[in-house]
Amino acid sequence: MSYTPGNPVTRWIEYRLPIFGFVHHQLVDYPTPRNLNYWWNFGSLAGIALVIQIATGVVLAMHYSADSNLAFDSIQQIMRNVNYGWLLRYIHLNGSSMFFAVVYIHIFRGLYYGSYKTPRELLWWLGLIILLLMMATAFMGYVLPWGQLSYWAATVITNLFTAIPLVGDAITQWLWGGFVVGDPTLKRFFSLHYLLPFVIVGVVFVHLWALHVHKSNNPLGIDTKGPKDTLPFHPYYTVKDLAGLGVFLLIFAAIVFFAPEALVATINNEPANPLLTPPHIVPEWYFLAFYAILRAIPNKLLGVMAMFGSILILFALPWLDTSPVRSAKFRPIYKQVFWLLVIDAAVLTWVGANPPMGKFVLIGRLATAYYFLHLVVLMPLIGWFERPRPLPESITTPVLKEGAAAGGAS
Amino acid sequence: MKRLMLAAALAILVPTAAGAAEGPAIPAHGWPSDGLFGRFDKTALQRGFQVYEQVCSACHSLKYIYFRNLTEIGLSTDQAKAIAAEDEVEDGPDDQGEMFTRPGKLSDPLPRPFPNPQAARAANNGALPPDLSLITVAREGGADYVYALLTGFEEPPEGFALGDGMNYNRYFPGHQIAMPPPLFPDAVTYTDGTPATVEQMAADVAQFLNWTAEPRLEDRKRIGIKTFLFLLVLAGLFFACKRKVWAKAH
Amino acid sequence: MAGTAPTVGHGGEDETRRDFLYLATGAVAVVGTAAAVWPLIDSMNPSADVLAASSTEVDLEPVALGQRITVVWRGKPIFIDHRPEAEIAKARAVDVASLRDPATDEQRAPRPEWLIVIGICTHLGCIPLGQKEGDPRGDWGGWFCPCHGSHYDTAARIRKGPAPKNLYLPPYAFKGKTVVKIG
Repeated sequence: MSYTPGNPVTRWIEYRLPIFGFVHHQLVDYPTPRNLNYWWNFGSLAGIALVIQIATGVVLAMHYSADSNLAFDSIQQIMRNVNYGWLLRYIHLNGSSMFFAVVYIHIFRGLYYGSYKTPRELLWWLGLIILLLMMATAFMGYVLPWGQLSYWAATVITNLFTAIPLVGDAITQWLWGGFVVGDPTLKRFFSLHYLLPFVIVGVVFVHLWALHVHKSNNPLGIDTKGPKDTLPFHPYYTVKDLAGLGVFLLIFAAIVFFAPEALVATINNEPANPLLTPPHIVPEWYFLAFYAILRAIPNKLLGVMAMFGSILILFALPWLDTSPVRSAKFRPIYKQVFWLLVIDAAVLTWVGANPPMGKFVLIGRLATAYYFLHLVVLMPLIGWFERPRPLPESITTPVLKEGAAAGGAS
Repeated sequence: MKRLMLAAALAILVPTAAGAAEGPAIPAHGWPSDGLFGRFDKTALQRGFQVYEQVCSACHSLKYIYFRNLTEIGLSTDQAKAIAAEDEVEDGPDDQGEMFTRPGKLSDPLPRPFPNPQAARAANNGALPPDLSLITVAREGGADYVYALLTGFEEPPEGFALGDGMNYNRYFPGHQIAMPPPLFPDAVTYTDGTPATVEQMAADVAQFLNWTAEPRLEDRKRIGIKTFLFLLVLAGLFFACKRKVWAKAH
Repeated sequence: MAGTAPTVGHGGEDETRRDFLYLATGAVAVVGTAAAVWPLIDSMNPSADVLAASSTEVDLEPVALGQRITVVWRGKPIFIDHRPEAEIAKARAVDVASLRDPATDEQRAPRPEWLIVIGICTHLGCIPLGQKEGDPRGDWGGWFCPCHGSHYDTAARIRKGPAPKNLYLPPYAFKGKTVVKIG
């Protein structure tokens, strides 16, 4: 379909580079299921979080020094002397947490409503790639202030690579640029921390491209049948995304202005001391579950494999889930088992925050075992043996027939 | 229901994730700068600076504070200049390549008691007195902890094995601290005439250190209130627009 | 075309109310965006420590009559010339109208014995010679820029050579008899 813009200037541009038609087709009259609920806001929120991180990050980088002698002081320079430096730093620091919170909810939405199932397998994979890139970016970002935890978390995590048989030590020295985490490590982490977000932007673009092929899933999990089932993205979902953005910004502001260091470990306000290991090395909250999985397995190499495996297994999810039905709305057994996974993730996060002693050891192991059991055993079995509820004919049918909750948009 | 459980689970997790508290429970003191509308008590900050200058600065540096920052706690520019001028600062090299000393200026940092950590350790039996600029954000309990520590020196209980040269403190993790009790009654003569009890000096210096750790606290809270109220209005408007647009779809 | 676009409102009043809401929301959003963008831009402005070093006080007591010193202000060299009578007289005996960049000596040095100028040639930015013993001072006894041959007189006004303007005056004020605050 061709789009004719309003005035001669835009027409001149459109003929040479059809950007207005592109925007119109992808963002304005783009057909979106009419029954999306607020769980569908989190994709756009993730995009906005990315933009906020890049904007604040680029400006902060104008004042930061990636030198082990200067890094900690340069952060203080930002906090004390740079105009609004304290605000930009707190936004960037807490923005990372907001970004992960929003992305985790976005992922759980996909798990509940079967958004990873055919034909959206590649969309799901691209999302997981974005998650992995985010985790690398966040990890390196945390090292930059060069506090006690920056240094020691970097030491612990880069040491994981020594678990690789034969080449582990060589790879780790290559990562460090030395024999321990040090100035060369800091400098290259800064370079990569600046680079990766733009790689993420690229993958997000492909993620959205894949999305726009078969369009969004919806709470009923059934395909849209025609124009009756959809609404144009603008103004319906632009305005709904703005409403979600308002709530997001309120929560973000509450944290930035009134509890800016609530999610940070106090000991990272101590400059890095390579000769003194802090008693409890803890990563940021969004890594705690993976940290718990790592520590649950007493073997170094297997622990590392389990930790990375916990994300890699998700790539297989479209095939591990054998159910022909997408949405948990019509899957009476899976609907309840899903919450077990959510609780499991919460338990793993709690275990990761605590020292690996006493009750936390057993609980951590059970929770790790459940995680893999859920994905590798339960999901295939449930898919095979569950009797799903009957699906409605179309998205609009339940609304027209009853006007009741079964398929209505919220 | 399940969503409530999830929310509750997350609410418990966040404080745990931030790091479990170590050592004995620290009593909450409560400071004027606490809370949504908290502001610094500038007279307390000035007294606290006196305590720092006359007691703590013998061993503890305050590297991120400059003489010009003292105008933020209510001293005049001239007062800050006078305090700066009392300090001899090394500068140079001059045209002959020699270093020289000159009186301090507003743009200089506060003087350090020791030129490097090794000298600090040598003068303190191997212990390193930490820089105090960020101490209230680098220790669990913050200013409450600093206050508790300074007022928590006492005789060790029966059977407690106190190391050589160490001092017993109720709130220091492990209870043995290399620092001897720094405060005693009237250690400082306050220029505003406040009686200098140990509790008073501890409270003043704890507030002063709250300021050195976060000099922009008042800006943060002031701008925070305005921003939050603004966003409340904006979110409300966005919601109203959403409902208006969607009214046609139902 | 997908779905149904919102239909036009039934009554004029409904439409006005709806439009007002959108207008109001848009206006508030624009204000919010501007307020959000401002810290990003302002953070690039000079920071507090740079601003603190933005003025310099100089004690003129040790500068003897006839002596010239150089101090640094905002990273730039400042020439301070304790001018003897002869130099002042020479500067005043000039037909101001014939100057490339007309300025009287009184304008250049309100306290005639102290000439305070920014020591950067107004041609292409070199630092003119004349501050040290033995330096060439150019044909008018002031300063001489070796890069492209600009000559400045004893009031640091351009007399010969490619420079378009006199050496610039920094903002300054005397505090008492012997201290000047620059900036």
